Amino acid sequence: MLESTLRIVWIYPDLLSTYGDRGNLLILGRRAALRGIPVETYEVRSDQAMPTTADIYLIGGGEDGPQALAAQRLIADGGLHRAVHQGAAVLAVCAGYQLFGSSFFAKGAKCAGLDLLDLSSDRGETRAVGEVRGDIDPRLGLPPLTGFENHGGRTHLGPGVAPLARVTAGVGNDGQTEGAWHGKILGTYAHGPALARNPAIADLLLRWAIGADSLQALDDTWADRLRGERLAAAGAA
Amino acid sequence: MPLRAKVATSVSRTAAALSRAAGRGDGSVIGGWIGLKIDPDLLKNLAAGRAIALVSGTNGKTTTTRFAAAALGVLGPVATNSFGANMPTGHTSALAKAGATPFAVLEVDEHYLARVIDETTPRVVALLNLSRDQLDRAKEVAMMAQMWRTALAAHPDVHVVANADDPMVVWAAVNTAHVVWFSAGQRWHDDSFVCPECGSPIERANGDWRCTGCPLRRPQAQWTVEDDGVIDPRGDWHLVKLQLPGHVNLGNAATALAVAAEFGVRPIEAVPRLAGVASVAGRYAQVERDGRNIRLLLAKNPASWLEAFDMAEVAPTLLSINARDPDGFDTSWLYDVDFSPLRGRQVLITGDRAYDLAVRLEVNDVAFRHVQTFDEAVRASPPGRLEVIANYTAFQDIRAELDRVN
Repeated sequence: MLESTLRIVWIYPDLLSTYGDRGNLLILGRRAALRGIPVETYEVRSDQAMPTTADIYLIGGGEDGPQALAAQRLIADGGLHRAVHQGAAVLAVCAGYQLFGSSFFAKGAKCAGLDLLDLSSDRGETRAVGEVRGDIDPRLGLPPLTGFENHGGRTHLGPGVAPLARVTAGVGNDGQTEGAWHGKILGTYAHGPALARNPAIADLLLRWAIGADSLQALDDTWADRLRGERLAAAGAA
Repeated sequence: MPLRAKVATSVSRTAAALSRAAGRGDGSVIGGWIGLKIDPDLLKNLAAGRAIALVSGTNGKTTTTRFAAAALGVLGPVATNSFGANMPTGHTSALAKAGATPFAVLEVDEHYLARVIDETTPRVVALLNLSRDQLDRAKEVAMMAQMWRTALAAHPDVHVVANADDPMVVWAAVNTAHVVWFSAGQRWHDDSFVCPECGSPIERANGDWRCTGCPLRRPQAQWTVEDDGVIDPRGDWHLVKLQLPGHVNLGNAATALAVAAEFGVRPIEAVPRLAGVASVAGRYAQVERDGRNIRLLLAKNPASWLEAFDMAEVAPTLLSINARDPDGFDTSWLYDVDFSPLRGRQVLITGDRAYDLAVRLEVNDVAFRHVQTFDEAVRASPPGRLEVIANYTAFQDIRAELDRVN
């Protein structure tokens, strides 16, 4: 489906960019460029129309008010739904992950989600804050997930999605599973710049977008050191 | 002062002195902690009879407190928590140590502002700014603004000095009876795209801002920064010469002048005293070692990193990042900071979380070298200026290497 230039959209950075979410856009762009893949990135604000023909869509974390507003605007706009139905790849993080489901809670009220993933979210008894680690679904062929989570929600998966990972440290969706996966959509509670610690997930999104089985390897010395340190830290905590 | 408070004050001072003598710290927390154990009302008792200003906000509160204390010194002795110990234990220690003073200027952690207003009945409260800071622990920015708003509503007599450029601060202060606005410009906008009153987008142009959905908008500022000086409410411009670098410190000076004016200090009297401030709890301190002129800059969160890059000279630069309890355990904020101003400089990195920083700099196309220790960094840099930019505990570690420079 990729004709020439890889197009990556960051959805509503004015609403959903609580903490370093820009990192995912920067990392995807860099990893594409290092392989010689021409790439264009778009930051689409909540007062702009959502493009329907980009290859990868990123959506990040946010506070309750902006999360509810983002869901309303994306439902009214409809562009993201069209893009997903046309096969775009998606990485949805934290608040952005919750709003991909059928419903979520913000400011004590149940809000309608985009209904693009078979899941729903409600409030947990406690806030989940700290290192999260999990073994990713073996069908995806990726090394363990490492991230930092910070959320008050708990997410319940329906039969239409698979967990992204089985939790080995931290909470994720419910203490057992973390994130969700369906088609080319990935959702995770590993908040902010999740791809900094998980370059293999970045490459999976790129492979999906360009329809390639493999990509040229990159020098990930520093990312590997970071992964080693954080995977060990999650085990120790 | 009640007898219990007298005893508590005396024990508190002794404990602080012992802590310093034992080399366990500067005593600014332990003394207050013990004093409050003996007399839970100690802070209230120590505050009674003093004219007090509180200074709070995400960034700039230690420096602004130091400036305001210097300015109020025109009128007489001022008690202040100059070590940055900004919770009630630190306030108690500072007031106990100072003895009876007519004035006090206290830096207050933004989470504790409501409680400290209740206990100290301040004459003036200065509200600097609110932005993302340690979100794994701190309250969300909008929630913090709501807490401030509620606290001020309960104390209508307080005179508020507040930042007209920060929509979150304006919303917190806009309903108070006595408010003076200052404007010092704002580099960081990422936490106020959405109106805290109605949730509509906030529109910005040429330093002005307004909500697109309700009447909340930037108020007219009485105190403003212009060139290298400050304009007071009468329209008079005062040249402000500081030893501290950067535009942000000119803004902190303007805020301090506005605070002091609420006590009747005229800018013309206060300005010369601001020039006497050379460093603040190690921040901006310059140390000579092995032919290197090492300057320490503290940067705790994205907004303050932007300010640090603005202040730093084009020179070899050491960055140090930790993620211990006082820093917050999450390093995601690194991606909210654009490190590209460092391209072309010799960059060294260290700290507990140097690998997070390494990955970030790689993505940012900033070349760097990882060093294990501060000494290695000093040896790796050529003679001349070495700028050190570090977050909170990393900064304290380096300060300890430099004999707790103030």
